[in-house]
Amino acid sequence: MLAEMIERLFERSLGEAGQAAAREGRWLDALWAEASEMGLPLALLSEEQGGFGLSAAEQGEALILLGKLAVPLPLAETMGANRLLAMAGLPLADGPAGLARADHLTLENGMLSGRVERVAWGENLDCLALAVGDTLYRVPRSAWQVAETGAAMNFHPRPVLELSWEADAIAPLPHCPLAEGATLRAHQIAGAIEAALDMTLEHTATRIQFGKPLQKNQVVQHELAKLAGELACATAAAGLAAEALDRGDLLGVAAGSLRAREAAGNAAAIATQMHGAIGFTREHALHLFTTSLWSWRDEFGGQVFWAKLLGRAAVDAGESGYWPMVTTL
Amino acid sequence: MSKIPFPAPPLDSAEVLALRTEFRAFLDQHLGHRTPRQRSDNWYGFSREFSLEMGKAGYLGMTWPSQYGGHERSAYERYVVVEESLAYGAPVGAHWIADRQSGPSIIKFGTDEQKERILPRIAAGELAFGIGMSEPDSGSDLAATRTKAVRDGDLYRVTGTKVWTSFAHEADYVILFCRTSGTPADRHMGTSQLLVDLKNTPGLTIKPIIDLAGQHHFNEMHFEDAAVPAANLLGQEGDGWNQVMSELAFERSGPERFLSSIELMYQLIAVLQGREDEAALATIGRLTAQLAVLRRLSRSVAAMLQNKQDAGLQAAIVKDVGAVWEQTLPDFARQLVDAEPDPRTAAAYAGVLANIVHNAPSWSLRGGTREILRGIIARGLGTR
Repeated sequence: MLAEMIERLFERSLGEAGQAAAREGRWLDALWAEASEMGLPLALLSEEQGGFGLSAAEQGEALILLGKLAVPLPLAETMGANRLLAMAGLPLADGPAGLARADHLTLENGMLSGRVERVAWGENLDCLALAVGDTLYRVPRSAWQVAETGAAMNFHPRPVLELSWEADAIAPLPHCPLAEGATLRAHQIAGAIEAALDMTLEHTATRIQFGKPLQKNQVVQHELAKLAGELACATAAAGLAAEALDRGDLLGVAAGSLRAREAAGNAAAIATQMHGAIGFTREHALHLFTTSLWSWRDEFGGQVFWAKLLGRAAVDAGESGYWPMVTTL
Repeated sequence: MSKIPFPAPPLDSAEVLALRTEFRAFLDQHLGHRTPRQRSDNWYGFSREFSLEMGKAGYLGMTWPSQYGGHERSAYERYVVVEESLAYGAPVGAHWIADRQSGPSIIKFGTDEQKERILPRIAAGELAFGIGMSEPDSGSDLAATRTKAVRDGDLYRVTGTKVWTSFAHEADYVILFCRTSGTPADRHMGTSQLLVDLKNTPGLTIKPIIDLAGQHHFNEMHFEDAAVPAANLLGQEGDGWNQVMSELAFERSGPERFLSSIELMYQLIAVLQGREDEAALATIGRLTAQLAVLRRLSRSVAAMLQNKQDAGLQAAIVKDVGAVWEQTLPDFARQLVDAEPDPRTAAAYAGVLANIVHNAPSWSLRGGTREILRGIIARGLGTR
């Protein structure tokens, strides 16, 4: 099982020191090498594309684990970039890859140039699967320089890249990298919420106040129930987005992505509150998940972008067309 | 470890898509004339005529064995008919309880004679059921039930009071949860379920309970030494608690747990036509995403039921999250559109808003309060 292999790898090779280094923006080369050795960058590819031909359920499980283990590498992005590159018939990434859309880039005399905003681990990538309009480019690392540093809420790098490249690896765009990225993030969010729920259950079972575990209080139990509801919604949202992406339905991706983004905030708030002050520190591992949730929920098109896309379709469907539209999501 | 699993729901196959289309045409044909305000009654609408049409067309008892008038279709096909009924605001009250929980309970626990006598008539849309669980002193705490049934030859003599029985004044039967031995202090022990004929039970009186909207669907049923044939004992005497929990699992699992206010969503969308309001679009998008995910969770429950898996915990989550969606919708609507709700108006938006605001408080009470459900979910997570 791929899931068990992923769990074993990161439990063995990713410790607190690794997480701390990644927060300082340091690239975990050895960890990447191990993940790459295992073939994880190819996890979303069919066998014909050179992957493992995993079922949709297995793919979803693997992506969820990347969130549940707070993996501080752009593995999900690389998996998604490789899926896009393979679908487009372009060569796969030779290392970590990024996913981006930048419609404002200029193409003059074969030179593609301009800024690409906030690419995860942009300095450390091998290539970028980049969409401009209806075109997908496989941009090699030599084509960009880091123009500005930046960081996500979990302190992982999100630099702005200055691109200047004689474009050569070009293909029609199979689907939007924002949809791909939003679907990946929905899974990671579901995984991080799962970890947060596990920790919150553990903490409220073992923390004794007023002579009894926190969990004996009904008010705490009800917050745990709400957190479990957010987990159910985020996990279902990820599955919904993945199925929609598969059939090329942007509205379904929007629906799944939006609900996962919303769950991220709701779940982080409940989990932190139930941990009390320790949940607000770096001494407890909860912060790995809460800060990642606050990062992922705003990436690959923001909440407003996706909400307006779906809302526009809903309003256009009209009074009697709304429900039939909902049943296609 | 803690994750409560929801399996991926079935995709709409060609047959299911055809059923959806066929059933939408059926609804248009029989109910196309109803107003938005009427549709917003959702499952509080009651029409014998419509239920008979549902039965005639094969949309009731869909998953039941054909020997009892059922149609042996999948749980997911039934799900499609149920959710399309609710999304259309169909007046389902005359078959709702019977098709959802009373019939399935009779299939599970009933005698052959009871099955043959009752199930085909439910599947035909002829028999309406009510729920006989809550009492004046026993709402969420169902095990505190006091209504007593004492065996007397071929009869049970029933004494006690049940409340909140929707449509008891119209319906034909209730499944009565009562105590056949011991006292309320015995809790789960000594309880049983009886099939009570609401039209032919001497000693039973039914009085209306008018809700805050002035509507009459609740009733109080008062039993005074009422005679119920012993042949109407459902399942085993003394096994009432397990049976009633199984009945509640049927009750909590459906899409009615988030579609109660759907007509308001339609009317909100009607009002927003032509308005270039980006904030409104984003709100509608967000609400639609929440609805789509609730549907997915609810379809997972249908898949679990199809596979005979216990979905009690999953159903509690869907009902808890779903009730928040349907209850908060009027607040989102009020942030987008200024309108004074009016329970007497013929205007679609203001009339629907009034009906929804009046009824919304009941949605986190009926079928298990929010607090009870969250307790169930917390227990499922391994707390206590």
